[in-house]
Amino acid sequence: MELVTPSIGLVFWTLVSFLILLVILKKLAWKPMLGAIHERERSIEDALNKAELAKQEMARLSNENEALLKQAKAERDAILKEAKEIKDQIVNEAKTQAQTEGAKLIEKAKLEINNQKIAALDEVKNQVASLSLEIAEKIMRQQFNDKQKQEELVGELLKDVKLS
Amino acid sequence: MDFSHILNYKNFGLKALFALFLAFLSFNAYSNQENATIEPAGAEAGHHAVAEEKFDPTVTILEHISDGHSWHLWGHTSLPLPVILYTPQGLEVFSSANLMDEHHAPKPYAGKYYTYVNEHEHIKALKADGTVDESVSILDFSITKNVAAMFISVILISVIFISVAGSYKKRVGKAPKGLQSWLEPLIVFVRDDIARPNIGYKYEKFMPLLLTIFFFIWFNNLLGLVPIFPGSANVTGNIAVTMVLAFIVLIVVNINGNKYYWAHIFKPDVPFWLLPIMWVVEIIGVFSKPFALMVRLFANITAGHIIVLSLISLIFIFKTLAIAPVSVAFVLFMDVLELLVAFLQAFIFTMLTALFIGTAVEEHHH
Repeated sequence: MELVTPSIGLVFWTLVSFLILLVILKKLAWKPMLGAIHERERSIEDALNKAELAKQEMARLSNENEALLKQAKAERDAILKEAKEIKDQIVNEAKTQAQTEGAKLIEKAKLEINNQKIAALDEVKNQVASLSLEIAEKIMRQQFNDKQKQEELVGELLKDVKLS
Repeated sequence: MDFSHILNYKNFGLKALFALFLAFLSFNAYSNQENATIEPAGAEAGHHAVAEEKFDPTVTILEHISDGHSWHLWGHTSLPLPVILYTPQGLEVFSSANLMDEHHAPKPYAGKYYTYVNEHEHIKALKADGTVDESVSILDFSITKNVAAMFISVILISVIFISVAGSYKKRVGKAPKGLQSWLEPLIVFVRDDIARPNIGYKYEKFMPLLLTIFFFIWFNNLLGLVPIFPGSANVTGNIAVTMVLAFIVLIVVNINGNKYYWAHIFKPDVPFWLLPIMWVVEIIGVFSKPFALMVRLFANITAGHIIVLSLISLIFIFKTLAIAPVSVAFVLFMDVLELLVAFLQAFIFTMLTALFIGTAVEEHHH
Protein backbone atom coordinates (compact mmCIF):
# COMPACT_ATOMS: atom_id res chain seq x y z
CA MET A 1 0.00 0.00 0.00
CA GLU A 2 2.97 2.23 0.62
CA LEU A 3 3.62 2.27 -3.13
CA VAL A 4 0.17 3.50 -4.13
CA THR A 5 -0.21 6.12 -1.41
CA PRO A 6 0.75 9.50 -2.79
CA SER A 7 2.64 11.67 -0.33
CA ILE A 8 1.49 15.27 0.04
CA GLY A 9 5.00 16.67 -0.24
CA LEU A 10 5.76 15.04 -3.56
CA VAL A 11 2.34 16.03 -4.92
CA PHE A 12 3.00 19.64 -3.94
CA TRP A 13 6.52 19.80 -5.33
CA THR A 14 5.55 18.00 -8.53
CA LEU A 15 2.72 20.43 -9.12
CA VAL A 16 4.98 23.42 -8.45
CA SER A 17 7.89 22.22 -10.54
CA PHE A 18 5.75 21.01 -13.43
CA LEU A 19 3.83 24.27 -13.63
CA ILE A 20 7.05 26.29 -13.43
CA LEU A 21 8.57 24.12 -16.16
CA LEU A 22 5.45 24.55 -18.27
CA VAL A 23 5.50 28.34 -17.93
CA ILE A 24 9.26 28.67 -18.50
CA LEU A 25 9.31 26.37 -21.51
CA LYS A 26 6.17 27.85 -23.00
CA LYS A 27 7.66 31.30 -22.93
CA LEU A 28 11.33 30.61 -23.61
CA ALA A 29 11.36 27.39 -25.60
CA TRP A 30 8.16 26.19 -27.23
CA LYS A 31 7.02 29.51 -28.61
CA PRO A 32 10.27 30.41 -30.43
CA MET A 33 10.91 26.81 -31.48
CA LEU A 34 7.46 26.11 -32.89
CA GLY A 35 7.44 29.55 -34.50
CA ALA A 36 10.81 28.94 -36.13
CA ILE A 37 9.86 25.46 -37.30
CA HIS A 38 6.60 26.77 -38.72
CA GLU A 39 8.37 29.68 -40.39
CA ARG A 40 10.97 27.40 -41.94
CA GLU A 41 8.37 24.94 -43.16
CA ARG A 42 6.51 27.78 -44.81
CA SER A 43 9.63 29.12 -46.46
CA ILE A 44 10.53 25.64 -47.72
CA GLU A 45 7.03 25.25 -49.10
CA ASP A 46 7.30 28.67 -50.74
CA ALA A 47 10.63 27.74 -52.27
CA LEU A 48 9.20 24.49 -53.60
CA ASN A 49 6.23 26.30 -55.09
CA LYS A 50 8.53 28.85 -56.69
CA ALA A 51 10.71 26.08 -58.10
CA GLU A 52 7.61 24.47 -59.57
CA LEU A 53 6.58 27.77 -61.15
CA ALA A 54 10.08 28.29 -62.52
CA LYS A 55 9.97 24.80 -63.99
CA GLN A 56 6.69 25.55 -65.70
CA GLU A 57 8.08 28.86 -66.98
CA MET A 58 11.14 27.06 -68.31
CA ALA A 59 8.96 24.50 -70.06
CA ARG A 60 6.87 27.29 -71.54
CA LEU A 61 9.97 29.14 -72.72
CA SER A 62 11.53 26.07 -74.27
CA ASN A 63 8.26 25.32 -76.05
CA GLU A 64 8.24 28.83 -77.36
CA ASN A 65 11.85 28.52 -78.49
CA GLU A 66 11.08 25.31 -80.26
CA ALA A 67 8.14 26.89 -82.02
CA LEU A 68 10.32 29.83 -83.03
CA LEU A 69 12.99 27.48 -84.31
CA LYS A 70 10.45 25.56 -86.31
CA GLN A 71 9.08 28.73 -87.78
CA ALA A 72 12.55 29.95 -88.65
CA LYS A 73 13.35 26.67 -90.35
CA ALA A 74 10.15 26.81 -92.34
CA GLU A 75 10.91 30.37 -93.37
CA ARG A 76 14.42 29.44 -94.42
CA ASP A 77 13.09 26.56 -96.48
CA ALA A 78 10.57 28.83 -98.11
CA ILE A 79 13.25 31.40 -98.92
CA LEU A 80 15.54 28.74 -100.37
CA LYS A 81 12.74 27.37 -102.46
CA GLU A 82 11.85 30.78 -103.78
CA ALA A 83 15.50 31.50 -104.59
CA LYS A 84 15.75 28.28 -106.51
CA GLU A 85 12.63 29.10 -108.43
CA ILE A 86 13.96 32.52 -109.30
CA LYS A 87 17.24 31.04 -110.42
CA ASP A 88 15.48 28.51 -112.63
CA GLN A 89 13.34 31.22 -114.07
CA ILE A 90 16.34 33.40 -114.85
CA VAL A 91 18.21 30.52 -116.44
CA ASN A 92 15.16 29.62 -118.53
CA GLU A 93 14.63 33.18 -119.56
CA ALA A 94 18.27 33.51 -120.57
CA LYS A 95 18.03 30.31 -122.54
CA THR A 96 14.94 31.35 -124.47
CA GLN A 97 16.36 34.79 -125.09
CA ALA A 98 19.56 33.26 -126.40
CA GLN A 99 17.57 30.96 -128.60
CA THR A 100 15.44 33.73 -130.04
CA GLU A 101 18.52 35.87 -130.48
CA GLY A 102 20.27 33.03 -132.27
CA ALA A 103 17.21 32.40 -134.40
CA LYS A 104 17.05 36.06 -135.30
CA LEU A 105 20.70 36.08 -136.28
CA ILE A 106 20.26 33.00 -138.37
CA GLU A 107 17.21 34.57 -139.99
CA LYS A 108 19.14 37.69 -140.66
CA ALA A 109 22.04 35.70 -142.11
CA LYS A 110 19.66 33.75 -144.28
CA LEU A 111 18.07 36.94 -145.50
CA GLU A 112 21.48 38.41 -146.25
CA ILE A 113 22.49 35.29 -148.07
CA ASN A 114 19.27 35.39 -150.06
CA ASN A 115 19.80 39.03 -150.87
CA GLN A 116 23.36 38.38 -151.93
CA LYS A 117 22.21 35.45 -153.96
CA ILE A 118 19.52 37.54 -155.64
CA ALA A 119 22.06 40.31 -156.29
CA ALA A 120 24.51 37.82 -157.74
CA LEU A 121 21.84 36.28 -159.96
CA ASP A 122 20.80 39.75 -161.08
CA GLU A 123 24.36 40.51 -162.02
CA VAL A 124 24.69 37.22 -163.87
CA LYS A 125 21.45 38.01 -165.68
CA ASN A 126 22.73 41.46 -166.51
CA GLN A 127 26.01 39.96 -167.70
CA VAL A 128 24.15 37.43 -169.81
CA ALA A 129 21.93 40.16 -171.18
CA SER A 130 24.89 42.42 -172.01
CA LEU A 131 26.75 39.38 -173.41
CA SER A 132 23.71 38.53 -175.52
CA LEU A 133 23.52 42.13 -176.63
CA GLU A 134 27.23 42.08 -177.55
CA ILE A 135 26.74 38.84 -179.34
CA ALA A 136 23.74 40.24 -181.09
CA GLU A 137 25.69 43.38 -182.05
CA LYS A 138 28.65 41.28 -183.29
CA ILE A 139 26.23 39.15 -185.29
CA MET A 140 24.58 42.19 -186.68
CA ARG A 141 27.96 43.58 -187.78
CA GLN A 142 29.10 40.33 -189.32
CA GLN A 143 25.80 40.04 -191.19
CA PHE A 144 26.36 43.38 -192.67
CA ASN A 145 29.87 42.38 -193.94
CA ASP A 146 29.45 38.96 -195.45
CA LYS A 147 26.55 36.77 -195.72
CA GLN A 148 28.53 33.61 -195.58
CA LYS A 149 30.54 34.54 -192.79
CA GLN A 150 27.49 35.69 -190.91
CA GLU A 151 25.96 32.37 -191.15
CA GLU A 152 29.16 30.69 -190.13
CA LEU A 153 29.40 32.99 -187.20
CA VAL A 154 25.84 32.40 -186.13
CA GLY A 155 26.55 28.73 -186.33
CA GLU A 156 29.68 29.11 -184.34
CA LEU A 157 27.95 31.26 -181.78
CA LEU A 158 25.16 28.86 -181.50
CA LYS A 159 27.73 26.11 -180.95
CA ASP A 160 29.29 28.21 -178.19
CA VAL A 161 25.94 28.84 -176.70
CA LYS A 162 25.19 25.19 -176.69
CA LEU A 163 28.54 24.49 -175.09
CA SER A 164 28.25 27.00 -172.38
CA MET B 1 -15.49 5.04 -20.81
CA ASP B 2 -15.54 4.50 -24.53
CA PHE B 3 -12.11 3.53 -25.56
CA SER B 4 -13.27 1.88 -28.79
CA HIS B 5 -12.55 5.00 -30.80
CA ILE B 6 -8.94 4.80 -29.65
CA LEU B 7 -8.57 1.38 -31.18
CA ASN B 8 -10.48 2.43 -34.28
CA TYR B 9 -8.11 5.26 -34.90
CA LYS B 10 -6.25 4.11 -37.99
CA ASN B 11 -2.65 4.71 -37.09
CA PHE B 12 -3.00 4.16 -33.44
CA GLY B 13 -4.51 0.68 -33.32
CA LEU B 14 -1.27 -1.16 -33.80
CA LYS B 15 0.66 1.06 -31.42
CA ALA B 16 -1.97 0.70 -28.74
CA LEU B 17 -1.93 -3.06 -29.15
CA PHE B 18 1.82 -3.07 -28.81
CA ALA B 19 1.63 -0.87 -25.74
CA LEU B 20 -1.03 -3.11 -24.22
CA PHE B 21 1.13 -6.13 -24.88
CA LEU B 22 4.08 -4.44 -23.20
CA ALA B 23 1.91 -3.37 -20.31
CA PHE B 24 0.77 -6.94 -19.69
CA LEU B 25 4.28 -8.20 -20.13
CA SER B 26 5.44 -5.87 -17.38
CA PHE B 27 2.48 -6.64 -15.17
CA ASN B 28 2.98 -10.38 -15.40
CA ALA B 29 6.61 -10.06 -14.55
CA TYR B 30 5.69 -7.71 -11.75
CA SER B 31 3.21 -10.07 -10.15
CA ASN B 32 5.45 -13.09 -10.60
CA GLN B 33 8.34 -11.27 -9.09
CA GLU B 34 6.25 -10.09 -6.16
CA ASN B 35 5.06 -13.61 -5.41
CA ALA B 36 8.55 -14.95 -5.69
CA THR B 37 10.03 -12.33 -3.45
CA ILE B 38 7.29 -12.09 -0.89
CA GLU B 39 7.43 -15.76 0.06
CA PRO B 40 10.93 -15.88 1.45
CA ALA B 41 10.32 -12.51 3.03
CA GLY B 42 7.27 -13.87 4.87
CA ALA B 43 9.20 -16.91 6.01
CA GLU B 44 12.01 -14.85 7.38
CA ALA B 45 9.95 -12.03 8.82
CA GLY B 46 9.89 -13.76 12.21
CA HIS B 47 13.60 -13.70 12.83
CA HIS B 48 14.33 -10.61 10.82
CA ALA B 49 15.85 -8.84 13.78
CA VAL B 50 18.08 -11.80 14.66
CA ALA B 51 19.38 -12.52 11.16
CA GLU B 52 20.68 -9.06 10.34
CA GLU B 53 22.94 -10.44 7.61
CA LYS B 54 20.09 -12.21 5.78
CA PHE B 55 19.27 -10.46 2.52
CA ASP B 56 15.62 -9.53 2.05
CA PRO B 57 14.98 -8.58 -1.59
CA THR B 58 11.48 -7.21 -0.93
CA VAL B 59 12.74 -4.63 1.54
CA THR B 60 15.68 -3.68 -0.67
CA ILE B 61 13.60 -3.36 -3.80
CA LEU B 62 10.82 -1.39 -2.16
CA GLU B 63 13.42 0.86 -0.57
CA HIS B 64 14.96 1.50 -3.98
CA ILE B 65 11.74 2.29 -5.80
CA SER B 66 10.18 4.41 -3.07
CA ASP B 67 10.94 7.91 -2.01
CA GLY B 68 13.46 8.78 0.72
CA HIS B 69 14.48 11.71 2.85
CA SER B 70 18.13 11.35 1.94
CA TRP B 71 19.80 10.39 -1.31
CA HIS B 72 21.88 7.26 -0.92
CA LEU B 73 25.03 7.55 -3.03
CA TRP B 74 27.26 4.59 -2.09
CA GLY B 75 28.19 2.53 0.98
CA HIS B 76 27.47 4.64 4.05
CA THR B 77 27.54 7.90 2.11
CA SER B 78 24.27 9.72 1.58
CA LEU B 79 23.42 13.14 0.27
CA PRO B 80 21.45 14.86 3.05
CA LEU B 81 18.37 16.68 1.81
CA PRO B 82 16.31 19.40 3.49
CA VAL B 83 13.38 18.25 5.60
CA ILE B 84 10.49 20.71 5.58
CA LEU B 85 7.67 19.96 8.01
CA TYR B 86 4.40 21.77 8.46
CA THR B 87 3.52 21.01 12.09
CA PRO B 88 0.51 22.25 14.05
CA GLN B 89 2.83 24.76 15.69
CA GLY B 90 4.56 26.05 12.59
CA LEU B 91 7.09 25.39 9.84
CA GLU B 92 10.23 23.42 10.67
CA VAL B 93 13.26 23.07 8.38
CA PHE B 94 16.36 20.97 9.05
CA SER B 95 18.76 18.63 7.29
CA SER B 96 17.88 14.98 6.92
CA ALA B 97 21.39 14.14 8.17
CA ASN B 98 20.07 14.84 11.67
CA LEU B 99 17.62 11.96 11.40
CA MET B 100 20.16 9.15 11.06
CA ASP B 101 23.34 8.01 12.71
CA GLU B 102 26.57 7.06 10.97
CA HIS B 103 25.23 3.54 10.23
CA HIS B 104 22.13 4.89 8.48
CA ALA B 105 19.91 3.79 11.33
CA PRO B 106 17.08 6.18 12.25
CA LYS B 107 17.82 8.52 15.14
CA PRO B 108 15.50 10.98 16.91
CA TYR B 109 16.15 14.68 16.34
CA ALA B 110 14.94 17.44 18.64
CA GLY B 111 13.59 20.26 16.52
CA LYS B 112 12.09 23.62 17.46
CA TYR B 113 8.63 22.32 18.34
CA TYR B 114 8.83 18.52 18.58
CA THR B 115 11.27 15.67 18.59
CA TYR B 116 11.17 13.88 15.23
CA VAL B 117 12.03 10.42 14.08
CA ASN B 118 12.16 8.94 10.57
CA GLU B 119 9.95 5.87 10.74
CA HIS B 120 10.17 4.10 7.34
CA GLU B 121 10.47 7.45 5.56
CA HIS B 122 7.52 8.90 7.46
CA ILE B 123 8.52 11.70 9.81
CA LYS B 124 6.73 11.27 13.13
CA ALA B 125 6.75 13.31 16.31
CA LEU B 126 7.91 11.61 19.50
CA LYS B 127 6.42 11.91 22.96
CA ALA B 128 8.64 12.64 25.89
CA ASP B 129 8.92 8.91 26.70
CA GLY B 130 10.27 8.11 23.23
CA THR B 131 7.14 6.57 21.70
CA VAL B 132 5.48 7.89 18.54
CA ASP B 133 2.85 10.54 19.14
CA GLU B 134 0.13 9.81 16.54
CA SER B 135 -1.97 12.80 17.66
CA VAL B 136 0.46 15.28 16.05
CA SER B 137 -0.32 15.45 12.35
CA ILE B 138 2.70 16.57 10.38
CA LEU B 139 2.50 17.55 6.74
CA ASP B 140 5.77 16.57 5.12
CA PHE B 141 6.90 19.00 2.39
CA SER B 142 10.50 17.77 2.45
CA ILE B 143 12.75 17.95 -0.56
CA THR B 144 12.92 14.19 -0.84
CA LYS B 145 15.02 12.16 -3.23
CA ASN B 146 12.26 12.21 -5.84
CA VAL B 147 11.71 15.95 -5.46
CA ALA B 148 15.43 16.61 -5.78
CA ALA B 149 15.69 14.34 -8.82
CA MET B 150 12.70 16.09 -10.34
CA PHE B 151 14.31 19.49 -9.75
CA ILE B 152 17.45 18.24 -11.47
CA SER B 153 15.48 17.00 -14.45
CA VAL B 154 13.45 20.22 -14.61
CA ILE B 155 16.67 22.25 -14.64
CA LEU B 156 18.16 19.90 -17.25
CA ILE B 157 15.09 20.16 -19.49
CA SER B 158 14.98 23.95 -19.12
CA VAL B 159 18.66 24.37 -19.93
CA ILE B 160 18.52 22.03 -22.92
CA PHE B 161 15.40 23.47 -24.46
CA ILE B 162 16.17 27.11 -23.80
CA SER B 163 19.60 26.67 -25.37
CA VAL B 164 18.05 24.89 -28.34
CA ALA B 165 15.49 27.68 -28.65
CA GLY B 166 18.46 30.06 -28.71
CA SER B 167 19.97 28.25 -31.64
CA TYR B 168 16.64 28.61 -33.45
CA LYS B 169 16.91 32.36 -32.98
CA LYS B 170 20.54 32.37 -34.14
CA ARG B 171 19.99 30.17 -37.18
CA VAL B 172 16.76 31.60 -38.55
CA GLY B 173 15.54 29.74 -41.62
CA LYS B 174 18.55 27.42 -41.70
CA ALA B 175 18.66 23.65 -41.33
CA PRO B 176 18.84 22.41 -37.69
CA LYS B 177 22.28 21.55 -36.32
CA GLY B 178 23.63 19.60 -33.33
CA LEU B 179 21.24 19.15 -30.42
CA GLN B 180 18.63 21.06 -32.38
CA SER B 181 18.51 18.34 -35.03
CA TRP B 182 18.07 15.70 -32.31
CA LEU B 183 15.14 17.41 -30.69
CA GLU B 184 13.38 18.88 -33.69
CA PRO B 185 12.13 15.52 -35.02
CA LEU B 186 10.64 14.81 -31.59
CA ILE B 187 8.92 18.17 -31.44
CA VAL B 188 7.63 17.73 -34.97
CA PHE B 189 6.57 14.19 -34.02
CA VAL B 190 4.54 15.49 -31.07
CA ARG B 191 3.00 18.13 -33.31
CA ASP B 192 2.27 16.07 -36.44
CA ASP B 193 1.59 12.63 -35.01
CA ILE B 194 0.12 13.40 -31.61
CA ALA B 195 -1.44 16.85 -31.46
CA ARG B 196 -2.68 17.49 -34.99
CA PRO B 197 -4.49 14.19 -35.71
CA ASN B 198 -6.13 14.02 -32.28
CA ILE B 199 -7.03 17.62 -31.56
CA GLY B 200 -7.56 19.05 -35.02
CA TYR B 201 -7.04 22.63 -36.07
CA LYS B 202 -7.09 23.95 -32.49
CA TYR B 203 -3.95 22.01 -31.67
CA GLU B 204 -1.63 25.01 -31.39
CA LYS B 205 -3.10 26.14 -28.08
CA PHE B 206 -2.23 22.80 -26.45
CA MET B 207 1.23 22.30 -27.93
CA PRO B 208 3.15 23.75 -24.94
CA LEU B 209 1.32 21.43 -22.52
CA LEU B 210 1.75 18.35 -24.69
CA LEU B 211 5.43 19.04 -25.35
CA THR B 212 6.12 19.72 -21.68
CA ILE B 213 4.31 16.55 -20.60
CA PHE B 214 6.12 14.50 -23.22
CA PHE B 215 9.61 15.69 -22.40
CA PHE B 216 9.02 15.81 -18.63
CA ILE B 217 7.92 12.17 -18.58
CA TRP B 218 10.55 11.04 -21.05
CA PHE B 219 13.49 12.75 -19.32
CA ASN B 220 12.38 11.50 -15.91
CA ASN B 221 11.90 7.99 -17.26
CA LEU B 222 15.40 8.04 -18.74
CA LEU B 223 17.00 9.53 -15.62
CA GLY B 224 15.24 6.84 -13.59
CA LEU B 225 17.10 4.22 -15.61
CA VAL B 226 20.50 5.66 -14.68
CA PRO B 227 21.58 3.70 -11.61
CA ILE B 228 23.81 6.40 -10.08
CA PHE B 229 23.37 10.03 -9.03
CA PRO B 230 21.77 12.19 -10.51
CA GLY B 231 19.56 9.37 -11.82
CA SER B 232 18.34 6.45 -9.75
CA ALA B 233 15.22 8.14 -8.39
CA ASN B 234 11.95 6.53 -9.44
CA VAL B 235 10.18 9.81 -10.22
CA THR B 236 7.68 8.78 -12.89
CA GLY B 237 7.17 5.48 -11.07
CA ASN B 238 5.78 7.33 -8.10
CA ILE B 239 2.03 7.55 -7.84
CA ALA B 240 2.15 11.14 -6.54
CA VAL B 241 3.95 12.39 -9.66
CA THR B 242 1.69 10.57 -12.09
CA MET B 243 -1.32 11.71 -10.06
CA VAL B 244 -0.35 15.36 -10.48
CA LEU B 245 0.20 14.90 -14.23
CA ALA B 246 -3.15 13.14 -14.59
CA PHE B 247 -4.82 15.83 -12.48
CA ILE B 248 -3.45 18.55 -14.76
CA VAL B 249 -4.82 16.62 -17.74
CA LEU B 250 -8.20 16.32 -16.01
CA ILE B 251 -8.32 20.06 -15.38
CA VAL B 252 -7.18 21.03 -18.89
CA VAL B 253 -9.63 18.65 -20.58
CA ASN B 254 -12.62 19.80 -18.57
CA ILE B 255 -11.82 23.51 -18.71
CA ASN B 256 -11.62 23.29 -22.48
CA GLY B 257 -14.70 21.08 -22.86
CA ASN B 258 -17.19 22.75 -25.21
CA LYS B 259 -20.98 22.42 -25.26
CA TYR B 260 -20.84 19.22 -27.31
CA TYR B 261 -18.54 17.62 -24.75
CA TRP B 262 -20.87 18.48 -21.88
CA ALA B 263 -23.94 17.57 -23.91
CA HIS B 264 -22.40 14.17 -24.49
CA ILE B 265 -22.08 13.73 -20.74
CA PHE B 266 -25.39 15.17 -19.53
CA LYS B 267 -27.66 14.75 -22.56
CA PRO B 268 -26.54 11.52 -24.23
CA ASP B 269 -28.71 9.98 -26.95
CA VAL B 270 -30.53 7.47 -24.76
CA PRO B 271 -34.11 6.95 -23.49
CA PHE B 272 -34.85 9.36 -20.63
CA TRP B 273 -35.11 6.66 -17.97
CA LEU B 274 -31.50 5.63 -18.74
CA LEU B 275 -30.23 9.17 -18.12
CA PRO B 276 -29.43 8.79 -14.40
CA ILE B 277 -27.36 5.68 -15.13
CA MET B 278 -25.66 7.41 -18.02
CA TRP B 279 -24.81 10.40 -15.85
CA VAL B 280 -23.10 8.11 -13.37
CA VAL B 281 -21.27 6.25 -16.11
CA GLU B 282 -20.17 9.41 -17.93
CA ILE B 283 -19.03 11.17 -14.78
CA ILE B 284 -17.05 8.10 -13.77
CA GLY B 285 -15.65 8.21 -17.31
CA VAL B 286 -14.47 11.79 -16.84
CA PHE B 287 -12.38 10.72 -13.86
CA SER B 288 -11.41 7.25 -14.97
CA LYS B 289 -9.61 8.51 -18.09
CA PRO B 290 -6.99 10.49 -16.15
CA PHE B 291 -6.99 7.75 -13.51
CA ALA B 292 -5.96 5.26 -16.19
CA LEU B 293 -3.20 7.65 -17.28
CA MET B 294 -1.96 7.84 -13.71
CA VAL B 295 -1.92 4.09 -13.12
CA ARG B 296 -0.48 3.20 -16.52
CA LEU B 297 2.61 5.36 -16.19
CA PHE B 298 3.16 4.52 -12.54
CA ALA B 299 2.77 0.77 -13.00
CA ASN B 300 4.90 0.54 -16.14
CA ILE B 301 7.86 2.43 -14.77
CA THR B 302 7.70 0.86 -11.31
CA ALA B 303 7.40 -2.61 -12.81
CA GLY B 304 10.47 -2.02 -14.95
CA HIS B 305 12.48 -0.91 -11.93
CA ILE B 306 11.29 -3.89 -9.89
CA ILE B 307 12.34 -6.33 -12.60
CA VAL B 308 15.81 -4.82 -12.91
CA LEU B 309 16.28 -4.76 -9.14
CA SER B 310 14.98 -8.33 -8.80
CA LEU B 311 17.46 -9.54 -11.38
CA ILE B 312 20.29 -7.81 -9.51
CA SER B 313 18.95 -9.27 -6.24
CA LEU B 314 19.42 -12.77 -7.65
CA ILE B 315 23.15 -12.38 -7.06
CA PHE B 316 22.56 -11.73 -3.36
CA ILE B 317 19.85 -14.37 -3.00
CA PHE B 318 22.09 -17.09 -4.43
CA LYS B 319 25.12 -15.57 -2.71
CA THR B 320 27.38 -16.43 -5.62
CA LEU B 321 29.13 -14.42 -8.27
CA ALA B 322 28.45 -17.21 -10.77
CA ILE B 323 24.94 -15.94 -11.27
CA ALA B 324 26.19 -12.41 -11.98
CA PRO B 325 26.71 -12.86 -15.74
CA VAL B 326 23.15 -14.16 -16.06
CA SER B 327 21.82 -11.25 -14.02
CA VAL B 328 23.83 -8.74 -15.99
CA ALA B 329 22.68 -10.20 -19.29
CA PHE B 330 19.04 -10.05 -18.23
CA VAL B 331 19.43 -6.58 -16.75
CA LEU B 332 21.02 -5.41 -19.99
CA PHE B 333 18.07 -6.80 -21.90
CA MET B 334 15.59 -5.20 -19.50
CA ASP B 335 17.40 -1.87 -19.61
CA VAL B 336 17.20 -1.81 -23.39
CA LEU B 337 13.53 -2.70 -23.16
CA GLU B 338 13.06 0.02 -20.56
CA LEU B 339 14.63 2.54 -22.93
CA LEU B 340 11.83 1.70 -25.33
CA VAL B 341 9.25 1.74 -22.54
CA ALA B 342 10.52 5.13 -21.35
CA PHE B 343 9.77 6.61 -24.76
CA LEU B 344 6.61 4.58 -25.27
CA GLN B 345 5.04 5.61 -21.97
CA ALA B 346 5.84 9.26 -22.57
CA PHE B 347 4.28 8.88 -26.02
CA ILE B 348 1.17 7.06 -24.73
CA PHE B 349 0.59 9.58 -21.97
CA THR B 350 0.92 12.50 -24.41
CA MET B 351 -1.13 10.71 -27.05
CA LEU B 352 -4.02 9.98 -24.68
CA THR B 353 -3.86 13.51 -23.30
CA ALA B 354 -4.17 14.83 -26.84
CA LEU B 355 -7.02 12.40 -27.49
CA PHE B 356 -8.95 13.49 -24.38
CA ILE B 357 -8.42 17.14 -25.27
CA GLY B 358 -9.55 16.27 -28.79
CA THR B 359 -12.85 14.82 -27.56
CA ALA B 360 -13.36 17.87 -25.37
CA VAL B 361 -12.84 20.44 -28.14
CA GLU B 362 -14.43 18.48 -31.01
CA GLU B 363 -16.91 20.70 -32.85
CA HIS B 364 -19.71 18.43 -34.04
CA HIS B 365 -20.40 15.25 -32.20
CA HIS B 366 -20.95 11.93 -34.01
